Amino acid sequence: MQLINKNLYGDYGDKEQAGGSNDGAKHNTASEWPLWEVFIRSKAGLDHKHAGSLHAADAEMAIENARDVYTRRMEGVSIWVVESRYIHASDPGESASMYEPANDKIYRHPTFYDLPDELKHM
Amino acid sequence: MTVHSFQEHFDEKIDNEVSIEPRDWMPDDYRKTLIRQISQHAHSEIVGMLPEGNWITRAPSLRRKAVLLAKVQDEGGHGLYLYSAAETLGITRDEMIEQLHSGKAKYSSIFNYPTLTWADMGAIGWLVDGAAIMNQVPLCRTSYGPYARAMVRVCKEESFHQRQGFEIMMTLANGTDVQKKLAQDALNRWWWPSIMMFGPPDDDSPNTAQSMRWRIKRFTNDELRQKFIDVTVEQAKLIGLTVPDPDLKWNEETGHYDYGKINWDEFWNVVKGNGPCNKERLETRRKAWEEGKWVRDAALAYAEKRKARKEKATLAA
Ligand SMILES: [Fe+2]
Ligand SMILES: [Fe+2]
Repeated sequence: MQLINKNLYGDYGDKEQAGGSNDGAKHNTASEWPLWEVFIRSKAGLDHKHAGSLHAADAEMAIENARDVYTRRMEGVSIWVVESRYIHASDPGESASMYEPANDKIYRHPTFYDLPDELKHM
Repeated sequence: MTVHSFQEHFDEKIDNEVSIEPRDWMPDDYRKTLIRQISQHAHSEIVGMLPEGNWITRAPSLRRKAVLLAKVQDEGGHGLYLYSAAETLGITRDEMIEQLHSGKAKYSSIFNYPTLTWADMGAIGWLVDGAAIMNQVPLCRTSYGPYARAMVRVCKEESFHQRQGFEIMMTLANGTDVQKKLAQDALNRWWWPSIMMFGPPDDDSPNTAQSMRWRIKRFTNDELRQKFIDVTVEQAKLIGLTVPDPDLKWNEETGHYDYGKINWDEFWNVVKGNGPCNKERLETRRKAWEEGKWVRDAALAYAEKRKARKEKATLAA
């Protein structure tokens, strides 16, 4: 059994470190508009949620394009855009150790506590 | 981790209906197949704008024009959702566009047929979007996360496409003799290419098993085709149009319609580039790309200039 190089491909960001496909690296992307991630607040009171990505020359154009691409049916009341390369992501290959500290702490959940049924309003 | 355990971990996720996300390890063939499938799908949405775009200026009323415009704009949006999904696999947008323009990448052959009359707008919405929906709904549960999420968006938007098409057909079918003839003629021309949209028959579709294993395909071509025929034949009856297949017959035993022989020679011929509009479609796309180059360059130059000006202003302050 042989060790392989783990290839990370960015959903967002970290593309340079991630390597990506070699085919992609050969390709000249100098004239390509940068990639932006779009986050949309669907209505007041809710968080912005990742909707997808798009290409735009600058932030203003990214917001205008996001309106046309992701809110044609009133899906949003507010748009955030951020250039994809500025997003840093955790490494899924390390998720076992990353989330390990939370694994054995079931006492953080209310159901951990065994209380009498007669107890009300708690 | 070893190759073996990466693969095992991946298989486990596939078996347990857990999504694969962009930064997860995946087999090269899975990645390649997905890039091919998603980009081909994206190209179909984009090229698919052309046959309908042909009628926007000639829609018979303001209502129809607004609806058609909205539909074509949606298709552009679908292309964009899908291109971004494919980009998460490590291919660039420009590469995909290059592959389309060079003929290396395919798009759905249906868009290589011409739209001769207004009734074709009805037939396309009803049949072509209808067939696309049949194909796409199961893909909302496909194994690759970004693809599945894009498909959820697409499917939500598609249903009006089919309904507006059927409404056009229904209106024509209930109209004057000439209008009824137009509707029937459109159905005659679009029926066979539409049922070919599901792809070659199962025994001539060698990659189906692997794709189903990976959950990037959830039903076989023939299964989807049968489902489409069963529902669409009933819809045609409802508006008094005749499906142009003399062998079409309800089969009591199977609970499905039997249908006539599909002309697969025609299908492969169009795939190979010899359909009525292949050349025109690609030329239109290439021309739009080339003539839009100065706009893309100017926008980039303008953005850079503004950025530089802003930086200078911050420095001065
Ligand atoms: Fe579409
Ligand atoms: Fe559509």
